[in-house]
Amino acid sequence: MTDLKQNTASLKSQARLKKRYRKERLFKAIGLSGLLSGLLALTIMMISILSTGLSGFSETRIKFDIYMDPEIIGSTDGYDETEYRDHIAQINHSTLIRNSLKIKFSDVKGRRDVFNLQKLVSSGSREEVRRLLIEDKNLIGKTIAMDLLASSNVDMYVKGQISRDVNQSERKISDRQLAWLDILESEGRILKGFNWKFFSTGDSREPELAGILGAAMGSFLTLLVTLLIAFPIGVASALYLEEFAPHNKWTDLIEININNLAAVPSIIFGLLGLAIFLNVFNMPRSAPLVGGLTLALMTLPTIIISSRAAIRAVPPSIRDAAIGMGASNLQAQFHHVLPLSMPGIMTGTIIGMAQALGETAPLLMIGMVAFIVDVPQGVLDAATALPVQIFLWADSPERGFMEKTSAAIIVLLVFLIMMNGLAIWVRHKFEKRW
Amino acid sequence: MGRKKAVLSVNGKIRDLHSLPGHYGWFTALTSFLPGLFIVLVWIIFGSNLVDNFTLAALGDEIRSLSNFDRALYMNDIHNLAIGDAISRPLTNSLNNATNFYLRTQNNLLWIFTLSAIGVSSLLAIFSFRKISPELRSRNLVERLIIIMLVISSSIAILITIGIVSSLIVETLRFLEHVSLSEFLLGLKWSPQTALRADQVGSSGSFGAIPLFTGTLLITFIALLVAVPVGLFSAIYMTEFASPNARIFFKPLLELLAGIPTVVYGFFAALVVAPVIRNSGEVIGLEIASESALAAGLVMGIMIIPLISSLSDDVISSVPQSLRDASYGLGATKTETIVNVILPSALPGIVSAFLLAASRAIGETMIVVMAAGMAANLTANPLEAVTTVTVQILALLTGDQEFDSAKTLSAFALGLALFTITLFLNFIALKLVRKYQEQYD
Repeated sequence: MTDLKQNTASLKSQARLKKRYRKERLFKAIGLSGLLSGLLALTIMMISILSTGLSGFSETRIKFDIYMDPEIIGSTDGYDETEYRDHIAQINHSTLIRNSLKIKFSDVKGRRDVFNLQKLVSSGSREEVRRLLIEDKNLIGKTIAMDLLASSNVDMYVKGQISRDVNQSERKISDRQLAWLDILESEGRILKGFNWKFFSTGDSREPELAGILGAAMGSFLTLLVTLLIAFPIGVASALYLEEFAPHNKWTDLIEININNLAAVPSIIFGLLGLAIFLNVFNMPRSAPLVGGLTLALMTLPTIIISSRAAIRAVPPSIRDAAIGMGASNLQAQFHHVLPLSMPGIMTGTIIGMAQALGETAPLLMIGMVAFIVDVPQGVLDAATALPVQIFLWADSPERGFMEKTSAAIIVLLVFLIMMNGLAIWVRHKFEKRW
Repeated sequence: MGRKKAVLSVNGKIRDLHSLPGHYGWFTALTSFLPGLFIVLVWIIFGSNLVDNFTLAALGDEIRSLSNFDRALYMNDIHNLAIGDAISRPLTNSLNNATNFYLRTQNNLLWIFTLSAIGVSSLLAIFSFRKISPELRSRNLVERLIIIMLVISSSIAILITIGIVSSLIVETLRFLEHVSLSEFLLGLKWSPQTALRADQVGSSGSFGAIPLFTGTLLITFIALLVAVPVGLFSAIYMTEFASPNARIFFKPLLELLAGIPTVVYGFFAALVVAPVIRNSGEVIGLEIASESALAAGLVMGIMIIPLISSLSDDVISSVPQSLRDASYGLGATKTETIVNVILPSALPGIVSAFLLAASRAIGETMIVVMAAGMAANLTANPLEAVTTVTVQILALLTGDQEFDSAKTLSAFALGLALFTITLFLNFIALKLVRKYQEQYD
């Protein structure tokens, strides 16, 4: 009798156990799928950016024979170096190119067609012709084979972003232009190369001419200001709070403040920068100085918190030993504790800088959104920053800017990965375990 | 300006000093350099205002009697003329004179400040130089100075908060002169176009912020809907199920998401997610706005996954091992232990992670600027376009603006609301965490 009862009980419990294990597996699967879906999102994002962005690093050029027509260039006899340069800067390079293109496609007549023909090459090719002429004045009257930069639409077509199967009215390149391109293609005149300009020029209205050097320089100057302000102040306040501060209401207040500041939305710092730096102190708009100040206020809590952790990790025996040798409290801190905690502080600072590099909203608020072609030379010049440039390009309707945006994102991410890698390296290389 | 430092460290070559020779050098350097630096700072911060005021005082009465706004315009023209930029009015003689005066004053004041900085520095340098003697306790003095500098830098955090709160409150009060508080907080219509002329039609401007708050809440809600399950389950999987090796591999990968700048998320939302959602809506016959709240919310959810997962990870792994062991000892499976023991005891920490994530999502700007709409829309439908508080702040303050209109001031009122909400959420979250820590420590 009892046997039977036990048996059914164990049967029941076995069934229940099975159910429990099934639940266990299910739960584990749910956990894993949560993790994987997070990683999936990351992968999709990376793939979509890489796939649109990598082509942004290449450019299309078309080989044309440019006849440096002496009639258009005019007489340069007796000019010295600077006069010659000024003269070349003023001549009509556009006509030079147009006439040479007309020689190549001699059947093209009519203003409209010629205009469309010239649209194959970028407006930046005028600059290329000019530079060539300035370098060597013996070229006048000769015909030179030049690889002219193709316009953005041609570039997009060559990269396969514009399909030729759609109706002419829905595509940026006309059938006529396509026919020309086919001829050029069959003659092997369409070349692809690495887009060095992307790294050496500022912004431009033309996607094929736009580069990120201006924005990168702006970011660099901004971060420099941020670092110069946030690092000393951050380390000093961490040192004070951790080592010298008495425990009273004031230091409690400071601590609560720092914790709260770390979680204040970045746009609020932008409002602060706008109200205080621009409107009260009359600092120049769009300047890296103001951007750097604003970002410094934002990264300060990050630096303070990580520096405090690093200082706290230095064992008290170091301090005791230093003081025992006759050092003053301050000497113990500056000669021993601070150098020993430097790796941790550096790590925190680099991570804070990486955050500041990716920050956009506060910079928009203080006017670093202007369209700026020149590369900024100092902290008072108008400038944009890399993430702001990404934001501006992402808003541009031209197709060519899409790949530039992704390419700029790739550059930004490479910088961020490098900074974070540096932080990890510093930590591993110099960190001491006590 | 006050670089007399180098000369001074030479003086400490005597053996029976009270302090190390270096301290004497530092003493003179600090006592002379700091006041000079202070004067330079004063010039940088207040210089331009000072010049403006001098110029205004020298200008004729007819300029001074102008309204605030016109006077600012006039000053602006003077500034532009001074640096050779285009100006907004014909170049008159008086303007020219005023500009010349402006440049002269600027020059003079610059000289005065430079000279006084150098003068004060060198005077103090001489003074401290003469004071140096073997009995001088320069180390104590220097150390006291350094401590004072440390105190000042640690107080800057407070200054920042004061700066934020005061600038927001001042501008908000000015905004409330134009619009009543009840209209701002309870109004249902947001269209911040103020009339440029009194007789203009259809742009009276209404500042009801409710649609902005609901839009923000809607997007935040969607984001949490995505991030909470994914983040929480990843944290549970990583702390309880994954092998240490898998954890070392997965954790940094997931945290990579936290390091990606928000513009990148915005770009992803606008160019990849939004079109996909709209197209799939078309397939099943739904009309979805191309700037739908869904797209922005989804991507924002992805952004806050690492926040939730790493915070929950910390809380879950800080639950004492003894609780786990006790549960296993009673025969519970891992799942039962997690659901019945670990999660309840980690609950306060997890809730605080949610709150922090929510505050992060509310304050997030770039994703919504790039992927959510601009027009205020009072709806709970995630397929429509809504706008958020942060989008409006940015839209109101970028581009051309005059500083006194209700339109620009409203951005500060919104900023104050945003600041208060996020502060409140963070405060509760911190309280919860602290309470929880006390339980187990």
